[in-house]
Amino acid sequence: MSTPANTAPTKVSSVKAGAEDSIRRGPPVEVVRYGPGKRINHWVTAISLILLLLSGLAMFHPSLFFLTELFGGGQMTRWIHPWIGIVLFFSFFILFAQLWKLNLPNRDDVQWASQIGDVIGGHEEKLPELGKYNAGQKFIFWGMASLIIVLIVTGIMAWEQYFGHLTSIPTQRIALLVHSLAAVAIILVFILHVYAAIWTRGTISAMTRGTVTGGWAWRHHRKWLKDIAGRGRIDPAE
Amino acid sequence: MANTMDSPRTAVSNPPVQPMETNLTQKDLIRRSATSELPRPERQLTPVAKLIDVSKCIGCKACQSACVEWNDTNPAVGENVGVYTNPHDLTADMYTLMRFTEWVNPETDNLEWLIRKDGCMHCADPGCLKACPAPGAIVQYSNGIVDFVHENCIGCGYCVKGCPFNIPRISKADHRAYKCTLCSDRVAVGQGPACAKACPTQAIVFGTKEDMKKHADERIADLKSRGYTNAGLYDPPGVGGTHVMYVLHHNDKPHIYSDLPDNPAISAVVETWKGATKYAGLAVMGLAAAGSILHGLFAKANRVSKHEEEEAKELVDESVEHADKRVEDA
Repeated sequence: MSTPANTAPTKVSSVKAGAEDSIRRGPPVEVVRYGPGKRINHWVTAISLILLLLSGLAMFHPSLFFLTELFGGGQMTRWIHPWIGIVLFFSFFILFAQLWKLNLPNRDDVQWASQIGDVIGGHEEKLPELGKYNAGQKFIFWGMASLIIVLIVTGIMAWEQYFGHLTSIPTQRIALLVHSLAAVAIILVFILHVYAAIWTRGTISAMTRGTVTGGWAWRHHRKWLKDIAGRGRIDPAE
Repeated sequence: MANTMDSPRTAVSNPPVQPMETNLTQKDLIRRSATSELPRPERQLTPVAKLIDVSKCIGCKACQSACVEWNDTNPAVGENVGVYTNPHDLTADMYTLMRFTEWVNPETDNLEWLIRKDGCMHCADPGCLKACPAPGAIVQYSNGIVDFVHENCIGCGYCVKGCPFNIPRISKADHRAYKCTLCSDRVAVGQGPACAKACPTQAIVFGTKEDMKKHADERIADLKSRGYTNAGLYDPPGVGGTHVMYVLHHNDKPHIYSDLPDNPAISAVVETWKGATKYAGLAVMGLAAAGSILHGLFAKANRVSKHEEEEAKELVDESVEHADKRVEDA
């Protein structure tokens, strides 16, 4: 009670080891980007998306029909595809609920997007300092979110086994056309997502071990790093 | 050659009794679902057709019974809801259905009882086959019959969306699509379809498509002489013609016969989905994947420098010092 709450000193050691958005002093300096919950959530979504992509492509183009063998044949592929879609929908939207605020666009995103040439050229020093997400990551986030909604809605309309009579046949035709277009779009977003994670070295550990190096945070998300350092979210333990 | 023959010419006469080989083989396919390279058949079977003369139909449903018997489908006993149409719709166990319509002719003010035997039309350009994603689940023989090959069917219901006539039904029991086969198993050995064989008034006749058109012409001339000036043959060109045709006394308005489409064609939505989308979509995805692999191999990766790691360390150290100082001050 001796110190009022608003002037309370930042106690460095108060951060729980391994907490999200905290710094491990090291050396080397590491920053915790994702806690275990989000990582599990991400990988459930990722595996679902890959399975949906494989089973969906099998039914999309005859030259890829052989992919049905991965699921135990055509009947199994047709049966399992919508159920994986349900898993992905819920898994993604648990993630969505936790991340949407941080993915709201801001002024820096406009600047970042207008300098897309410097982004692709790797001239990060010319770009504004960024928070936890850049405009590219936000594009992937909102792209995935909106396409998943389109895919689940049209997918249910085309789900013959349970919803074959929910809508008229002409409506189902449109649903299937939209479903396949949205599927192509989400696969493009998926390729962009995976590619960006690989091209930007040091990113993947954020989703495996949950951490990135201090330098990675400094280079790509300096505002985020400064923010958590400024708030004293530093775990001094080695 | 001795034991095979071309398409049967009629459903009325009894077939030969000696054992016969089927004349509908894999080599007689002119289309096969989800298959691009199909060898051209060496022989062309004479195209067949079933002609349904609605003006001669008495609504006895012998065709439905014959269909159930021949195909051994055993549909469940239904419920009478006060209309003659029974069962209420085509099902995976009922490939043909007499649809009854009470229509008041605005010109004569007469009540006309229209009866149309509904079922697969065996389109020359089949929408079901175009929509089907499973190789070989839907085939078209050179005699015009469009047939479902159930062991290849995956139960997705795309055929239902592809069909301009709303014919295929997916079985709730085995999740495969069913429809009229035009009794391909009978036609293959020189017999006509069971429904045509059973029809007591020969409202349903079967033979070569050419013969059926000639027969239809005679029937239409007869109907016209009786005052049905719009009598005509329903062989819709939008689907390339069909191998099940109707003689309609009001061929100017097919829709009065329980919503028989006036100008059926494969939906433009289905054409887009199974045309441009399928090919362009695959190309775009392939290019994006190949492009990112190439960029990954040849372009410089975005790497964090040692200097940046040091900058981060400095920042963190400073923050810790600040914090420690504040703790001390307090």
